[in-house]
Amino acid sequence: MSVRNKLQSILEQGPEAGQSRERGVLDSDFVRSMPFWVPPTVLMGLFVYGGIVWNFVISLTDFEGLVPPEYTLSNFDFEMYARLASDASFWNALGNTVILMLGFTILCLIVGLALAIIVDNLLRGQNVFRTLFLLPFSLSFVVTGVFWQWMYNPEFGVISGVLGLVGLASLSPKWLTNPQLKLFSVMIALVWQYSGYAMVIYLASLRTIPQDHYEAAKIDGAGFFTMYRKVIIPQLSSASVSISVVVMVFALNAFSWLFVVFGSNPGPSADILGVMMYRTAFRSNQWAYGAAIAAAQFVMAVGIISPYLYYQYRRGEL
Amino acid sequence: MQLTALLQATTNAFERLAVWRDQMNRKHAVATALAVVLGVAFLSPLWGGLTTAFKTGSGFVTTTPLTPPTPGIFTLQPWGEAWATIGPSLGNSLMFTVPAMLLSAVLGSIAAYGLTMVDWRGQVAVMTLFIAAIFLPKQGLLLPLSRFWTAVDLAGLLESIGYFGLPFAHPKHTTIIQLIVTHACFGISICTLLFRGYYLTIDDDILEAARIDGASIFSIYRNIILPLSYPMFMVVFIFQFTQIYNEFLYALILVGGSNPDTGAPVTLALAELNSGFSQNWNGQMAGAFVTAIPTLIVYLLFGEQFAKGVEY
Repeated sequence: MSVRNKLQSILEQGPEAGQSRERGVLDSDFVRSMPFWVPPTVLMGLFVYGGIVWNFVISLTDFEGLVPPEYTLSNFDFEMYARLASDASFWNALGNTVILMLGFTILCLIVGLALAIIVDNLLRGQNVFRTLFLLPFSLSFVVTGVFWQWMYNPEFGVISGVLGLVGLASLSPKWLTNPQLKLFSVMIALVWQYSGYAMVIYLASLRTIPQDHYEAAKIDGAGFFTMYRKVIIPQLSSASVSISVVVMVFALNAFSWLFVVFGSNPGPSADILGVMMYRTAFRSNQWAYGAAIAAAQFVMAVGIISPYLYYQYRRGEL
Repeated sequence: MQLTALLQATTNAFERLAVWRDQMNRKHAVATALAVVLGVAFLSPLWGGLTTAFKTGSGFVTTTPLTPPTPGIFTLQPWGEAWATIGPSLGNSLMFTVPAMLLSAVLGSIAAYGLTMVDWRGQVAVMTLFIAAIFLPKQGLLLPLSRFWTAVDLAGLLESIGYFGLPFAHPKHTTIIQLIVTHACFGISICTLLFRGYYLTIDDDILEAARIDGASIFSIYRNIILPLSYPMFMVVFIFQFTQIYNEFLYALILVGGSNPDTGAPVTLALAELNSGFSQNWNGQMAGAFVTAIPTLIVYLLFGEQFAKGVEY
């Protein structure tokens, strides 16, 4: 019997059941389940939520790494946030982050959906191709960063090699040094790594669609594209939402790939908050200011995930 | 005799091809063609890296990465160099990845059990905290993390319990333990989510029957849930192994340098190899493959489980 039912039956029995109600709570499933979920929750809570609070407190100080921060109330102020608001490089990094987030997410959804539909329509080798397209997702960003530097190498790289095959070697752009292309190049490489993830989610969702929806569309005379556009894709909206949230939050914090490829200073055209935070806190030792940038990222992440969690809650999927 | 066998085999192959072609309509054909083209494109970064890793320094500047190395420019030297710089860190990576993977999976499993099997109101609220924790930015945790490990004098603690007197002890174990604890604690949330998704599908009737028989919450976990969870443990292990092994940022903060004697993981070693201005592309590509080998092996052996873990 569940706790709720138990309490309800106790309540229905009237006040004389009060004593057994007390014992009921102490003896309840709730209390007996605590040894299981409390220790992991405390550990997770301390490291994650404790960390976020601590980060916020650091952002209120003037901590610069030499002497330990003074955690006294008189020392706290919002100076770092004021500095954030007037820092042009912060707004620039924020802009790049938003562009990366939106562009990368949209591309991931499109490429992932296309891959899922292609794989779903294969007669043979569905698993082989699924494994192949998901492969980049299993690699470290450090590894893919190294590979993509070679892809993008304007003289000897893979892309310039392909362009050379069709006689366009001279057109090979400087992917990673041209400020107008930089962020786009980052996006392509990350889409290569993440679209397999989107594909897997879409594929799982496609496989839950009953076969007769396809049949019905066909009987109605819908062609291949019309069928997908009108019948199938609308049923994938919940998958799209989940993918978008995961991918967007990732893009918000993208760090490793950029750091491996560009170091801690990718230049204004590709600087994003994640890299700026690291550079500020750990290279320039402006710890408190770095903490403020991290707090800004945190606020953005909350802005993305809370509607999602609410949506999941409403659908009863929490 | 051999000729007839060959002929037979060829006809068989053609017959099979014919059957296959009959099943295949235009839709399948287009899908296959597209999948092959995209598959080649998807593999090109790896292919370009692999060919380059086997070419000499003059070889990779005179040929395109698309062509495999010809005998004149073939060399294994980049692999030797990459192994020399990255190999020592490989052990460090495994040394913290495996324990952190085990710890986070066990903690995730018991948390998910406590939050799923037992029906109480706060469940959803606690679960929401777990799910949100998965998505929160790492950058928000870096400063506290580095302050925390400065405040906790782990080396002193290990010294005081006489750990460094043990024959297998090494100063770098301090860092390794820091990485284990860090990765395990940050991994709890995703492991809990994965296990919870699985536990929600377990039939309530079995548990109800066990309870009526007087089984305690502990014995239900040990005798029913745990044996049922083995396939899910596999999924979580595969997922956490790749996650933790591939991770870069926490190690960058906690370890700093790439010296293997300080406990630097393989991702830091590769980033260091990559950061030089020298154009030793063949060495870098070989290094990237050496770094990727453990995850590639795990992925190719357990691709199914990896995909399941990703599907959360």
